[in-house]
Amino acid sequence: MQRRHVAAALAALVLASFASLFIGVGDLTPGDVLDPDAAQARVLWTSRVPRLLAILLAGSAMAVAGLVMMHLTRNRFVSPQTAGTTEWVGLGIVVATLWLGGTSVLGKMAIGMLFALVGNGFFVWLLQRLVLTDIVVVPLVGILLGGVVSAATTFLAYRFDLLQSMDAWVNGDFSGVLAGRYELLWLVLAATVVAYLWADRFSVAGMGESFAVNLGVAYTRVVLVGLAIASIVTAIVVVSVGSIPFLGLVVPNLVTLAMGDNLRRVLPVTALTGAAFVLICDVLARTIRYPYEVPVGMVGGVVGGVLFVWLLLRARRRAL
Amino acid sequence: MIEIESVTKSYGDVRVLDDVSLTIPTGGITSLVGANGAGKSTLLSVAARLVPADGGRVRVDGMDVATAPGPVLARRLGVLRQENAMSVRLTVRELVAFGRFPHSGGRLTAEDHRLVDEAMAWFELGPLADRHLDQLSGGQRQRAYVAMVMCQGTDHVLLDEPLNNLDMRHAVQMMRMLRGMADELGRTVVLVVHDVNVASCYSDRIVAMREGRLVAEGPTAELMTPELLRKVFDVEVEVHELAGRRIGVPWS
Repeated sequence: MQRRHVAAALAALVLASFASLFIGVGDLTPGDVLDPDAAQARVLWTSRVPRLLAILLAGSAMAVAGLVMMHLTRNRFVSPQTAGTTEWVGLGIVVATLWLGGTSVLGKMAIGMLFALVGNGFFVWLLQRLVLTDIVVVPLVGILLGGVVSAATTFLAYRFDLLQSMDAWVNGDFSGVLAGRYELLWLVLAATVVAYLWADRFSVAGMGESFAVNLGVAYTRVVLVGLAIASIVTAIVVVSVGSIPFLGLVVPNLVTLAMGDNLRRVLPVTALTGAAFVLICDVLARTIRYPYEVPVGMVGGVVGGVLFVWLLLRARRRAL
Repeated sequence: MIEIESVTKSYGDVRVLDDVSLTIPTGGITSLVGANGAGKSTLLSVAARLVPADGGRVRVDGMDVATAPGPVLARRLGVLRQENAMSVRLTVRELVAFGRFPHSGGRLTAEDHRLVDEAMAWFELGPLADRHLDQLSGGQRQRAYVAMVMCQGTDHVLLDEPLNNLDMRHAVQMMRMLRGMADELGRTVVLVVHDVNVASCYSDRIVAMREGRLVAEGPTAELMTPELLRKVFDVEVEVHELAGRRIGVPWS
């Protein structure tokens, strides 16, 4: 994929982003942007623009988090959604709400991050101790782990009457994004930038420990930093807008399939594609039952699920 | 120069390296030979700080490999293990370019690009430069890995079974390349080789191991004797002089 392809994709994303501003129940057309009345300006600046920014930030960061996790575990099917990371964040949110008085968003995020870190660390620790040769078994272990954690979360939520609010992070949804309620999402941009600065280190770590040591890269430190980035991004996104299934899994896979695994080259494209994926899913979510909305997590689940099955079949075929 | 001092290493109850002391002088090719499980690969891995020793220490150019900073050591010593199952899809050029990582940290200079091209030319990888590793044969991939280590530009190059997967032509070519690296570029090359005749034909020094211990070390000609080979490999070997080379023939 050449530079001009990337430029074309970027241009398409910008155009689509702009167009998405005019999809919604409130009456707003491109012409109104130049000269909006008070109501239109309010729709634009408190709802549409924040929503678009949230989509782009969450989409790009989650895709990059998936890319990093995939490299560090050396398995294409490991992502925040298949390693149990999102489920750990969910457990963290419930624990924060119940016992730590963490009703503030920031408190939930902090506890969510902590749980995600522990969960990711545990997953990697487990992988290093299990002898797993099959590429598909590794994410299955993660999904299993996520299932157990999510069962514990559901149990707690059921006991303490939190099932209603649980839906908020299980099902990603941008309809609640308003100015003043999404700004913490900007933190994921910082995490993505750090991931880009360390792209070469993640590439080297992905080659395996002995290659990394040979090239003078502190393997363990790089793995820890990568897991921290993935945990932080996942926690922020899940607390802010909820989980978008398959995003961190399907997008990095599609991009690396086309472009190879050199992270410095692939990471920016992954970020763009992740943003585009979520934007498309959200526009679908807004238009399928217009004027009502379905959660973007649901659309992402369907679109991503189909792509995931395709990837799995492809991996099987290549392995034979 | 690589100084190995009383290195021991055990895996569980099995002692793989038992008080090994050895000095590998600067320059030339040194081959580690021995039967399966003699500890050659483990010794190489310990020397290259890929595996920590239980006791003793290894110094490269006077630096203790266990404590020297990783990036500093990565500019002095390059290593390639025997098993290199790599799931990462990189092109040959990208892989070889990562050999420059210890020097340029990913931002390649013009000089780095020149060295990458040079390393690929050495191993005849030019036509494969833009192919992904998973599209190559085992032998082509092996050449790409060795080219990466060469591109690292280290004074010490440690290779575990570099002839893995190579057919006859490429095996000979690889050994010539390694000879060239030693003779023309002045690198110190240390190999683990299972074929004693490859060691005999291409190396300056041989280090013979058995059951985790050093049996003998010295100039190749002195070590290629029926007595020593029997001691190391536990099989009768005739040694014949052929075109100025000593060839061991075990099938008698």
